[in-house]
Amino acid sequence: MNRIFPILTVVFAILAIWYAGSFLMNRAWVMDQAARAGTEPSVSEVFRDTMNQPRAKLPAPHQVAAELYDGIFDKKITSKRSLVYHGFITLEATFYGFVLGIVVGVALAVLIVLSRAADLTLMPWAIISQTIPVVALAPMIVVLTNAMGAGSLMVPKAIIAGYLSFFPVLVSMVKGLRSPDQMQLDLLRTYGASQSQTFWKLRLPASLPYFFASLKIAVAASLVGAIVGELPTGAIAGLGARMLIGSQFGEPMIMWASLFAAAILAALLIWVVGGVEKVAARLMGVRPA
Amino acid sequence: MRQSPSTAMKIALPVGFGLLVILLWEMMVKTFAIPPAILPAPSAIATRFAASTDILWIDFVQTVLKGAVTGLILGAIAGLLVAILIDRSPFLKAGLLPVANFVAALPIVGIAPIMVMWFGFDWQSKAAVVVVMVFFPILVNTLAGLQDTDRMQQDLMRTYSASYLQTLLKLRLPAAMPFIFNGLKISATLALIGAIVAEYFGSPTRGMGFRISTEVGRLGIDMVWAEIAVSALTGTVLYGLVALVERAVTFWHPSQRRG
Repeated sequence: MNRIFPILTVVFAILAIWYAGSFLMNRAWVMDQAARAGTEPSVSEVFRDTMNQPRAKLPAPHQVAAELYDGIFDKKITSKRSLVYHGFITLEATFYGFVLGIVVGVALAVLIVLSRAADLTLMPWAIISQTIPVVALAPMIVVLTNAMGAGSLMVPKAIIAGYLSFFPVLVSMVKGLRSPDQMQLDLLRTYGASQSQTFWKLRLPASLPYFFASLKIAVAASLVGAIVGELPTGAIAGLGARMLIGSQFGEPMIMWASLFAAAILAALLIWVVGGVEKVAARLMGVRPA
Repeated sequence: MRQSPSTAMKIALPVGFGLLVILLWEMMVKTFAIPPAILPAPSAIATRFAASTDILWIDFVQTVLKGAVTGLILGAIAGLLVAILIDRSPFLKAGLLPVANFVAALPIVGIAPIMVMWFGFDWQSKAAVVVVMVFFPILVNTLAGLQDTDRMQQDLMRTYSASYLQTLLKLRLPAAMPFIFNGLKISATLALIGAIVAEYFGSPTRGMGFRISTEVGRLGIDMVWAEIAVSALTGTVLYGLVALVERAVTFWHPSQRRG
């Protein structure tokens, strides 16, 4: 209880500030309308009108909540206006990107740990790859995958998501594979273990906690990649594409609803991956601190 | 024990690898006669780069200097100040830290269309997106950094009868620097992404994101790659600058020790 109370207070404060912001930002429009109609609205009337504008500058929280509910529960899942439909398309790209990121990240980490030359050659480029804004590369990834015969947008989106998510896995796995100390390595040498035996029986098991710890960051990065990948690629379905459509047609409610749908999706993904991490930790015999 | 590699090797290997990739790319494009509308050769991109430095510079000023860097500085200052303020109240810290941690993991780029709606097409909206994206990593890292002094050090400051401000400036902020720079490194790459993404939602007729989306439409793929080269260089230099300042500020930290 002691931990929940401060959090609730903060969330409540954020909602209060949001309502105040809605009132202040939407007031100009209400006053403008009133001036044109030649009426003098009272404060309570202004307040009521700022809370229910269909194209508000800042929609009030209950408007966004209603739009979210409508998009998630009231629309058929197959409908092009259903947030679940768009969410699943983004989720699919996130999933493929996540898997791609794990495979590439682990493979590179193994290469880097086993070979000194690979470490010196690849590690700087792995860091540089993350400083390059992937959004700039995105349209080129689409052009190239199209030329290679990928029919759908799923392939480039997954590549962009993988591009963002492989890095946390790589960094953690390198750390994890190097975590056995000199004592443990020496012990295996006294057993006459070969390099591959040392890898499979010591380095790999030792790296697993690091691996699972990196997954939460990787899945969040993958979702960002999937959404960003929908923006400059001409996608018409997915949460990112929905934001673009809302922006182009001047429908703020669509933008807000997709933004929050993306946030909910992120929370769910992190929650699921966090659960996997906990189960894995228990199976590996980590005692709760 | 294996010998640690010389500095020359540390530079030669990655640079050589980069050159090799460019060489292979050039040869692949030439031998398979890949049309420039799909993948131009590096030489063609370099020619285009040299021929349009004026446009590239205009885009650079618009996106990087006005959008990303302004937003990065404002967001970092805001995150730092809020962290220091929150740090004084255990109640706020207990409430805000989980919320901030959660928000930091969300796809904040999604606010880009909203910021464009609020602040218009010019660089102000791009800077606003960057401010929000940068704010949370800095806030979370600064708060973690301010916790990094132990009881002993704080007690020492108390025996010196140091005031809150003195303890903050002379002990806790310096101790937090490695964390703050961690946040800044994350933010430096986020800033560029935010500034470019926001341009896809509307921009004046200049800027890197604008140029990329229009040139893709006109099949000016070599120009797109020239912009990518600029963004890649900018991202790397920005990150490098932060790392350099970090080395100067946190020279005392174990991770910076060499030799």
